[in-house]
Amino acid sequence: MPLIEVRNVVAGYGGAPILNGVDVAIEASDIGVIVGPNGAGKSTTLKAIFGLLRVTSGQVLFEGEEITNSLPDRLVPRGLSFVPQEKNVFTSMSVEENLEMGAFVRRDDFSGTLEEVYAMFPVLKEKRRQPAGELSGGQRQMVAMGRALMSKPRLLMLDEPSAGLSPRYVLEIFEHIVAVNKAGVAILMVEQNARQALAFASRGFVLAQGQNRFTGTGAELIADPEVAKSFLGG
Amino acid sequence: MFFINKVVIAGTVLGSIYALGAIGVTLIFGILRFAHFAHGDMMTMGAFFAFLLSLVFYHYGIYFPISAGFVVLPVAMAITAAVALGIDKAVYAPLRRRGARPVTLLIASIGATLMIQGLVRLFFGTGTYSFFDYGEPKTIFRFDMSWAGARPITFTEPQLIMVIVTALLIMILNYFLTGTRLGKAMRAMSDNPDLAQVSGINTQLVVRVTWIIAGALACAAGTMLSLDVSLKPDLAFNIVLPIFAAAIVGGLGQAYGAIAGGFLLGFAETLGVFNWSTILRPMSGALPSWIVIPPDLSLVPTEYKLTVSFVILVATLLWRPTGIFRGAST
Repeated sequence: MPLIEVRNVVAGYGGAPILNGVDVAIEASDIGVIVGPNGAGKSTTLKAIFGLLRVTSGQVLFEGEEITNSLPDRLVPRGLSFVPQEKNVFTSMSVEENLEMGAFVRRDDFSGTLEEVYAMFPVLKEKRRQPAGELSGGQRQMVAMGRALMSKPRLLMLDEPSAGLSPRYVLEIFEHIVAVNKAGVAILMVEQNARQALAFASRGFVLAQGQNRFTGTGAELIADPEVAKSFLGG
Repeated sequence: MFFINKVVIAGTVLGSIYALGAIGVTLIFGILRFAHFAHGDMMTMGAFFAFLLSLVFYHYGIYFPISAGFVVLPVAMAITAAVALGIDKAVYAPLRRRGARPVTLLIASIGATLMIQGLVRLFFGTGTYSFFDYGEPKTIFRFDMSWAGARPITFTEPQLIMVIVTALLIMILNYFLTGTRLGKAMRAMSDNPDLAQVSGINTQLVVRVTWIIAGALACAAGTMLSLDVSLKPDLAFNIVLPIFAAAIVGGLGQAYGAIAGGFLLGFAETLGVFNWSTILRPMSGALPSWIVIPPDLSLVPTEYKLTVSFVILVATLLWRPTGIFRGAST
């Protein structure tokens, strides 16, 4: 049974639907990467899973249970976590307070998880008293990921984690994502750096115009000449 | 010494009241993104609750070492907080569910203003009341300053307790906002509502807590204002504008900004109406004879005290539109 399964989902913001029957399914050990041209509905797919826009038909299943149109305050305790692409830190709050907010749904002692996050991103421990708004783009992305990990999710969804980062940070963030996955968290992410992301993806989904075009392992998609020609820039 | 009486003491008292009111306005703006126009009347309503509770004690002839208004304050604050929650549930929550825009909520809050004012007038008429009409003395402290050749420093017992209570409330609020899970969630939601939702923060709960705090502080501010002057149905409606000015000057959404803005405007207003000639007069002997000190040297006449707040507000909007503490610019 897949950890998360999106079945034939149609969703939008009230007007014409942006997703016209999208299927995504990944296992608990997978890194799933969604790629595709602008406006294909990649980010929208993540938002539809996370209850941020209305699913009008189709189903979203988490561990076989229906979570279609559930709101985040129900999904986070269940083990889903989402890092938005923009405005993904509380700029006026300190780094540590940002991480604490990620643990808001937990009523148990989360100091162990806090130490794990600091172990993964040592620079955050150094800057834990600083307002997150004063950090660089790459460090903010670490705060955002750390915040999402504080709820001890089983599925971490990331919307273009490498957007706007320098090549050095892109690599670093990807390494962190692989490390999180090795620790037992399934990853579902949207990426513009498609070739780079598919290289470490165990599942790849190519979307276009709100529909699945190709599905396979990351390596299969890179090797597919048609995918390479149309979606990976030759 | 006249300066201390008229500016330092009066400014601290007025600043305390503005600060407590402005905190509520700024928190509501930070969380719900609209200007809560009915805040002044929430203050008046809170003051009347405190007055009613005090009347019970006066009726049985029970007097406390401090003014009864302060003794009943915690209960009155709880009642006002409950009413604030009720108003939200009845008026603002249905609008929010329909996705109303901030301006719609603002208009709704003007409606709430009219309703509260109407209800207060229905029960209490238009007359003026005082906590001290029922046999309770208003203790006045005088510190003899004759050794310095000056008039005594004078302040009343309510004024002293008022400042203590304000300091206490601000300390509690500070602890809540920086030391508790819910307080931090409140700051998070004011900072970035979408991310707060994504983090799984229970936004409904935060909204409720906001109303409780805003209502309780409004009650404290209103009760103090009525203890300092007198209680009437339009008690706080007249100061709702300087309170908004204080919240904006401090930076909308910033609780500490509201405190700073409140005291800034409180002092500015008392300084503005202060008659400077009382300071210059003792020096008249030393001044050349062609300088005549006029009897009134205040910057603005007392009746126009409120304009001081507006001048500061306009200046803030021109030079630092986000306020002292960089709040929201909308």
